[in-house]
Amino acid sequence: MKHAVHRHHSDITEKMWEEIDSVIIDNHDKSGSLITVLRECQNIVGYLPTELLDYIGNGLNIPGSRVFGVATFYSYFSLTPKGRNTIKMCLGTACYVKGIKEAMERIERKYQIKEGGTTDDKRFTLEAVRCLGACGLAPVMVVNQDIHGSISSDKVIDIIDEYE
Amino acid sequence: MNTTRTQLLLCGGTGCHSTGAIAFKESLALELKKNNLSEEIRIIETGCNGFCAVGPVMLVQPEGIFYQELKPKDAPELVEEHFLKGRPVNRLFYTEPASKETIPDMNSIPFFSHQQFWVMRNKGLIDPEVIDEYIARDGYFGVAKALQEMTPEQIVEEIKISGLRGRGGAGFPTGIKWEFAQKSPGDIKYVLCNADEGDPGAFMDRSILEADPHAVLEGMIIAAKAINSHQGYIYCRSEYPLAVKRLEIAIRQAGEYGLLGKNILDTGFDFEIDIYEGAGAFVCGEETALMRSIEGKRGMPRPRPPFPAHKGLWEKPTILNNVETLANISQIILNGGKWYSSIGTETSKGTKVFALSGDVNNIGLVEVPMGTSLRTIIYDIGGGIPNKKKFKAVQLGGPSGGCVPEECLDTLVDYEAIAKVGAIMGSGGAIVMDENTCMVDMARFFMDFVQDESCGKCTPCREGTRRLLQILEKICDGKGEPSDINVLEELSPVIKSSALCGLGQTGPNPVLSTLRYFKDEYIAHIYEKKCPAKRCVSLLKFEVDPDLCKKCGLCFKACPTEAIAWKKKTVAVIDKDKCVKCLTCYAKCKFDAIM
Ligand SMILES: Cc1cc2nc3c(=O)[nH]c(=O)nc-3n(C[C@H](O)[C@H](O)[C@H](O)COP(=O)(O)O)c2cc1C
Ligand code: FES
Repeated sequence: MKHAVHRHHSDITEKMWEEIDSVIIDNHDKSGSLITVLRECQNIVGYLPTELLDYIGNGLNIPGSRVFGVATFYSYFSLTPKGRNTIKMCLGTACYVKGIKEAMERIERKYQIKEGGTTDDKRFTLEAVRCLGACGLAPVMVVNQDIHGSISSDKVIDIIDEYE
Repeated sequence: MNTTRTQLLLCGGTGCHSTGAIAFKESLALELKKNNLSEEIRIIETGCNGFCAVGPVMLVQPEGIFYQELKPKDAPELVEEHFLKGRPVNRLFYTEPASKETIPDMNSIPFFSHQQFWVMRNKGLIDPEVIDEYIARDGYFGVAKALQEMTPEQIVEEIKISGLRGRGGAGFPTGIKWEFAQKSPGDIKYVLCNADEGDPGAFMDRSILEADPHAVLEGMIIAAKAINSHQGYIYCRSEYPLAVKRLEIAIRQAGEYGLLGKNILDTGFDFEIDIYEGAGAFVCGEETALMRSIEGKRGMPRPRPPFPAHKGLWEKPTILNNVETLANISQIILNGGKWYSSIGTETSKGTKVFALSGDVNNIGLVEVPMGTSLRTIIYDIGGGIPNKKKFKAVQLGGPSGGCVPEECLDTLVDYEAIAKVGAIMGSGGAIVMDENTCMVDMARFFMDFVQDESCGKCTPCREGTRRLLQILEKICDGKGEPSDINVLEELSPVIKSSALCGLGQTGPNPVLSTLRYFKDEYIAHIYEKKCPAKRCVSLLKFEVDPDLCKKCGLCFKACPTEAIAWKKKTVAVIDKDKCVKCLTCYAKCKFDAIM
């Protein structure tokens, strides 16, 4: 089986296209595999460009509208590229009560980004998440894979500045 | 030959992980090796011990000695004093805050002594990645009994006798749910485990999965036998990578032991379990949405009936149970439904796990018998409110729940009793709030959540919650009008009665419960344009009260924009042009001097 010819996309290398193809082939016959395919493709590319969504739809024989619908429904999927470091601020109840909002505002002001946004130099993407299940450490921030607990608005910039 | 004389059960839960358990483990292992003790003394990394507040924690078995707040530099002393000379290290014991007395024995620490460990009977005691350790504590005996000695009808009967009700929120009797699916005709049926744990402030299911994953698998296998299903799915949220990993290991090991797969325990019964990772949508915790999501579609709820017991996943009879519900099952089968129903209240049996967090001293995981009072949970187990602050409310049940005030703290943990005071038992998040929490702002917070997570399919939830949010934002912003309270009170019940799924049907609860107990705060915001808890920025003056200011300079030092002028022995002054209203000075001032 051959999919539509690879479209050129500046963020997707030839090697990535190959990996994407093998994900699609592995899941082609499984019902309900769309979310899994989207997840794996996002892991490969870092985000889901629209061209890639079309390509996945073709490969799985699913209408593009459905692929797009699913990709935009779940907050896990991102249709825009991300910065080198992803800052996830927990906006769950425990973290909110313990003052995450002030820490978040500190970051927004310092780096001139808004929730969901990326700095111009692509250094940081700022995301808000709902409870990481680490409420004992509230307020909690996750930078890339590192969990930082009990962050105060005083300390938050120092922590983030460590990430280039 | 096993030469181990001592086991060091080091907590490897999320809390202790990020307070440095791994660094401590490495230095402890090194010390043991240096002293040639690695054979005799074994370090076991367990799931969450529960007492996250004082992590990293470690239990020394068989002595039962509990060490807390361990740092890598404590390792040499521990090994030298305790493990070589047999003199436990006093300074690393738990200290009772009131009496300053140290308590070495874990079970005598008040945080633990008021609890009853049924669901969490293995937490902190076994290595969750080693099936033998689970089996050594009667693991899979429940499966053996159910598969070898019981008929599906007998299993359902036992669960019905136990009085077990769903721990995922709604509290539906588990035995009855299983009976529906059992009687539902069809060759293909599914058993699903809801590990989506979407309620913010809840981490019970995560901890159970990380500490004792086999207990959940066991519950699913017994459920499968009861309804004659051969395929199960665990729907786990993607934010829980460690839980997913532990489940994968557990499923693999159970397969190798013939406890999953074909012909389980030679009884001719087949059952497989697959894990399905969510993709970040709160509404997918709702049963019909969850099934859609497994089918690879947008996770939108659909009206019921048909109920999943008749038409669920891929239109086949399906049961869905919460992680904690399933973790109860094997004990019920082993000890009998009657045993299980021996503790609890008239309508709520067994135990309930709570995730205690927020403004409370002993943050952590708590399992209490049904019928325990909220006061016991917050004060005896939780150790009360830190920094000499006053208790204001405890939020139960997440976005579907409500805030319970001081005067209702003697309410017992019981589905009906908690509903009566305007909250719900919910999945078990219990977030304590002190006097510095603004209840109007909390209502706004929850509406923001519900509005954001509303899937948009039904109008009452999509538009109604947006309207509620707009009004609450207006009030917090100092633009509230007297009629707003009426609108909130009128609109909320309409949304509740007309929304499609549980999200909208319960979404206005946080608004209603704060209006019920904290109307004075709404009134202060609307009529006096004041936020009594000093949280709503638009209602604050950002001025220093010269009578209250003690001239200490803390605010001056903390201000990130140098907007505060202060010299020794003078009252601080805030320059409003430079001030960015970040509230740092409010948090720092010990004398409540900033208006
Ligand atoms: C919006 C919404 C979110 C829910 N989220 C969860 C959840 O995260 N975990 C859970 O176990 N149940 C959740 N539920 C409840 C489930 O729909 C279902 O009742 C439950 O999983 C059944 O299991 P139980 O009977 O063992 O409680 C949610 C319900 C609604 C309406
Ligand atoms: S509320 Fe932030 S981790 Fe739970």
